[in-house]
Amino acid sequence: MDGVTSFEIEQGENGSNRLSITGALLVSTVGAIDEGLEAIDQPLDSVDLSAVTEIDTVGAWIICRLSQRHDLQVEGASERAQRLLHAVQGASNDADLSPPRAPLWVRVTEHMGTKVANAWTGIVQVVGFLGQILVGLWQVMLHPSRFRMRAFIRQLELVGVASLPIIGLMSFLIGIVIAQQGAVQLSQFGAEALTVNLVGRITLRELGVLMTAIMVAGRSGSAFAAQLGTMKLTEEVDAMRTIGISPIEALVIPRVLACTFMMVLLGFYSSIVAIIGGAVVGELSLGIPFFTFLDRIKDVVPVYDLWVGLLKAPVFGLIVALAGCYHGMQVKGNSEEVGRRTTQAVVSAIFAVIVLDAFFAVFFTKIGWV
Amino acid sequence: MSDDQNTEREGLRPNERYRGNFPIVVEGLVNRFGDQVVHEDLSLKVKRGEILGVVGGSGTGKSVLMRSIIGLQTPTEGNIDVFGQSITEAEPDEEIGVRCRWGVLFQGGALFSTLTVGENVEVPLRQFFPEISDELRANIARYKVMLSGLTEAAASKFPAELSGGMRKRAGLARALALDPELLFLDEPTAGLDPVGAAKFDALTKELKETLGLTVFLITHDLDTLYAICDRVAVLADKKVIAVGTIPELLATDHPWIQEYFNGPRGRNASRSQQCSDLQQADGIVIDKAGKSGN
Repeated sequence: MDGVTSFEIEQGENGSNRLSITGALLVSTVGAIDEGLEAIDQPLDSVDLSAVTEIDTVGAWIICRLSQRHDLQVEGASERAQRLLHAVQGASNDADLSPPRAPLWVRVTEHMGTKVANAWTGIVQVVGFLGQILVGLWQVMLHPSRFRMRAFIRQLELVGVASLPIIGLMSFLIGIVIAQQGAVQLSQFGAEALTVNLVGRITLRELGVLMTAIMVAGRSGSAFAAQLGTMKLTEEVDAMRTIGISPIEALVIPRVLACTFMMVLLGFYSSIVAIIGGAVVGELSLGIPFFTFLDRIKDVVPVYDLWVGLLKAPVFGLIVALAGCYHGMQVKGNSEEVGRRTTQAVVSAIFAVIVLDAFFAVFFTKIGWV
Repeated sequence: MSDDQNTEREGLRPNERYRGNFPIVVEGLVNRFGDQVVHEDLSLKVKRGEILGVVGGSGTGKSVLMRSIIGLQTPTEGNIDVFGQSITEAEPDEEIGVRCRWGVLFQGGALFSTLTVGENVEVPLRQFFPEISDELRANIARYKVMLSGLTEAAASKFPAELSGGMRKRAGLARALALDPELLFLDEPTAGLDPVGAAKFDALTKELKETLGLTVFLITHDLDTLYAICDRVAVLADKKVIAVGTIPELLATDHPWIQEYFNGPRGRNASRSQQCSDLQQADGIVIDKAGKSGN
């Protein structure tokens, strides 16, 4: 009895049908009777609420809808029920809850069009951003006192010094893997001694810088994007502008310079550690003494391999920093955008680095540095 | 069996509104964060059907008090009963039958940003009453959006597309989704322009009267206190130092209360309230709410 809501239809003396509802008419109970009430198809004349123990706006709304549909007389409503019935009147029910949604073919074509347009404006904007940085650099060169030395040194530390352990570990392991796997393959020709050539050339020429660039993109490029993006959201960047500080000079240039400069050092460091990793494998499993391995490197690796690596490094550093700062400065709206832009910064930086690396490979081969 | 007896004794039955006199009873509340003591032996009773304004200087723990009452913050000591059920003895997420009887409007609205306003209102309905049909739920949500003073078009908008005032109203719509008996409002008029704030006050009062709500309202807005609060609780010195109507509070001689209500802003708010009372007495109808329906 307690808490059960029900309704029944009574036949009056003069042939009029009377719907009477018993129990609580609340948001917690209407779910049980709503369908039943909707399904009534015989004509009704009045609804009796005198046995309703409790009512809220949802209950009132249901009565209101019912009475409008059947043109009912509401009887026996308590004072509270009357007040609620009055309040819910005039509530319309045709507004949409979900956001407006275009038909599928419109959405697909629109999405594709937006992508294409964005790809083009994206290129233009990145070039524009690079131009802004160059102008900023020129300004800083004209007025050296405006250069943010402290910020620059802080970024050198964050991008470079702080990443030494992880890049060292990664490079050491890569050196080990190349030496060990290379030796297995080369031993089929009885040419284990060439493992030295393999490790020395591939790390100095390709892998040292490439892996470092990928690591820095994940470590520092994402940090740039998230940091600048958050500063955009909290209007710190706007505040800087109003005080007359150029965000390009204060935020972007120290990061770009630090990343470009540090990538050279980190790339070199990475190659050296990888060679040491190779030498350890040589000592332990190939029977080449550690120092002999290092000595041989000097003979078998042409010096231009070092230049190939070191020339690529600043370009990669610039790309990583540019992608991070650009996406960071593009953030607007909400925190979801920060996450999206950070992901984009890392992905586009790594992609651009790998594409450019392929160009460099062809280029250096063509100029005779093979 | 024992469960049944418990609810019988406490006077909270399913499908029946709370009949007791004090929906919120706070006794001997202590909140301590490390060395910092926020509340020390704080006691407060909220009467059914009143709008209780809670005031206090910044950092006196108004929000902490609200968070303790709605169970988001476990107090160090003390007991809090909501509708006769102890919140403090329950586990943080334990269902004790009171969560569907209150609605909370957080300071920033706290709307789910990936859902439209209408879908936001549907969330509590879906959570507590999954048996309600989709169509009815959508209708309820639409009605609640309009009840909060938003236009129909706002129901399909995302929170990011709304202004600050509209976001507050959308938050209110979600708080009202389950037809609560108890409404918590955390600084509802903060950040609204004076016209918007007055409208929001009028809406709160109107809702309280139509729906029979009990409202626990944290505010800094003196106009709100004068215009709609039945009683005001003053938080200072880590406890509630006084509860009463504004004239009763003015009669006390606590320095903070005097400073609060008799400072330049307090006097202005009091004067403007007297003014509007006078005008109403003179038969000049001021539609403070600015409702389009009337």
